[in-house]
Amino acid sequence: MSIRDRLSGNEAIATAMRQINPDVFAMFPITPSTEIPQYFAQYVADGRVDTEFICVESEHSSMSACIGAEAAGCRAITATSSAGLSFMNEVLYVAASCRLPIVLAVACRALTGPININHDYSDSMAERDSGFIQIYAENNQEAYDNYLQAHRIGETPDVRLPVMICEDGFITSHALENIELESDEAVRAFVGEYHPENYLLKSENPLAVGPYGTSPYYMEARVAQAEAMKNAKRAILDVAADFEKTFGRKYGLFEPYRLEDAEVALVLMGSSAGTARAAVDELREQGVRAGLIKVRVFRPFPAEELAEALKDCKAVAVLDKSEGFSACGGPLFAETAAACVNLDRRPKMVDIVYGLGGRDFTVDQAKRVFARLEKIAATGETGPVYTHMGQRDLREEVQ
Amino acid sequence: MSKTMTEIRWHGRGGQGAKTASLLLADAAFMSGKFVQSFPEYGPERSGAPITAYNRISDERCSIHSNIYDPDYVAVVDETLLESVDVTAGLSPEGAIIINSAKEPGALRPLLRGYAGRVYTIDAGTISRKHLGAYFPNTPMLAAVVAVSKCVDPEDFLKDMETSYRHKFASKPQLVQGNLDCLVEAMKEVKE
Repeated sequence: MSIRDRLSGNEAIATAMRQINPDVFAMFPITPSTEIPQYFAQYVADGRVDTEFICVESEHSSMSACIGAEAAGCRAITATSSAGLSFMNEVLYVAASCRLPIVLAVACRALTGPININHDYSDSMAERDSGFIQIYAENNQEAYDNYLQAHRIGETPDVRLPVMICEDGFITSHALENIELESDEAVRAFVGEYHPENYLLKSENPLAVGPYGTSPYYMEARVAQAEAMKNAKRAILDVAADFEKTFGRKYGLFEPYRLEDAEVALVLMGSSAGTARAAVDELREQGVRAGLIKVRVFRPFPAEELAEALKDCKAVAVLDKSEGFSACGGPLFAETAAACVNLDRRPKMVDIVYGLGGRDFTVDQAKRVFARLEKIAATGETGPVYTHMGQRDLREEVQ
Repeated sequence: MSKTMTEIRWHGRGGQGAKTASLLLADAAFMSGKFVQSFPEYGPERSGAPITAYNRISDERCSIHSNIYDPDYVAVVDETLLESVDVTAGLSPEGAIIINSAKEPGALRPLLRGYAGRVYTIDAGTISRKHLGAYFPNTPMLAAVVAVSKCVDPEDFLKDMETSYRHKFASKPQLVQGNLDCLVEAMKEVKE
């Protein structure tokens, strides 16, 4: 029986962490994720968890402490944002290549510069090649639910990879909304205890962690890691199926909306998807065959599934909330376009970089994208492929 | 936009509690069975800078996560903002603006850039000083917004807030009555 409550995204994630009661939380604060360790510190002070709560001196150290703890056989977690995630960069790769299923909550925020505390995906997208699984939430409910699934996904024996649970900074992290929580007992039963097969401090068969990989071995380790990421797709779906059976809420690799007969569609992530769904509903009432796909899992990227879902659309706009400076489109566009490249018949596709540094994304903006897609669908001409939207001066926007 | 949804925009200065007022309103609406959103929009992180907070209150979950550009109601926690911020931008003429001020509504209308809808004032400072002994404009502002917008049933609101205060101030029960008196007086004193 779910519990009706109202929480911000940060408190929802902190609640999931409390319910799971991990062995170690290594923390260093940064806006807008700071509230997560702040709430958790209260749980520690109130004796509601028996987690070892370590206040370290930087994000490089918080991830390093998690690596040490997880290697020793513990469940270890932390949270961060923006520059904090960037500062972890080096050790994120260590965590993933050591195959340590740490869970890292990220309240996604722009990277400098100019200096900005608001939301976009510059931070998490910059770590897309780190070897972390990345799961994105539309709202507080999804942030909570994704977190409840994260440990089991990462700890799956043929996966053993760290997991990033991403929420939109401020838009989700600081927005209070209704939420269905599950009881502590139900959560603990679902997540289970962590008993790794091998770990550093296993006295009868100790494990070496993070050794030097000479050329004759390095490549094999990387291939094994790549296989693990491929396996993660199945593990994510397995855990989601059990989650639905247990708690009744359904999750997949992505969530299509009114896509069955759609001619024009958006591919996007996070809170913007909810806003864009309102545009889809309005346009459907006017007879426009509009739909969208909300990408939940960015790593592993659901390429085959996405291509299959998009193949019958005439025109697709990928909305990127990070600027990769490739001069030819953002990371979500690059992946989505690559996913469709071998289709016999594929939609025309454009990229729209939007919402940077907290620039608001509105129902009207979504409708403008659909208007552009209708023109593309009618003429077969994409016009400029790599574009931006939401600039203060509307004249700068490609219509 | 669903007709059953009420959208409210709060204007205040960092540190004055516009965000908290928006959270309290969401709490009250949540307790009455509604779906709620309460979220802040931060500019520069400094005390005293103008900040905006938002509420959506509806019978179904709202999936829209943009800011609110066409609110039904606007609440202004600090009347000095009227000169520098276009607080009535997009405000529905069918709706209303509620301003924390000791002045009569008519005296503030000239500052509202031609807004033709209803204008209310509430002397939240005096009410909070009287019942709480300090300047906490949030509580009277919250009650005034409920009284004007009726986004929550005013009687349910008072009952729910009493439950909430008894829980919140479990270790300081002397604060419960002062806060409740603030709410009741503000609902009575808000004037058009």
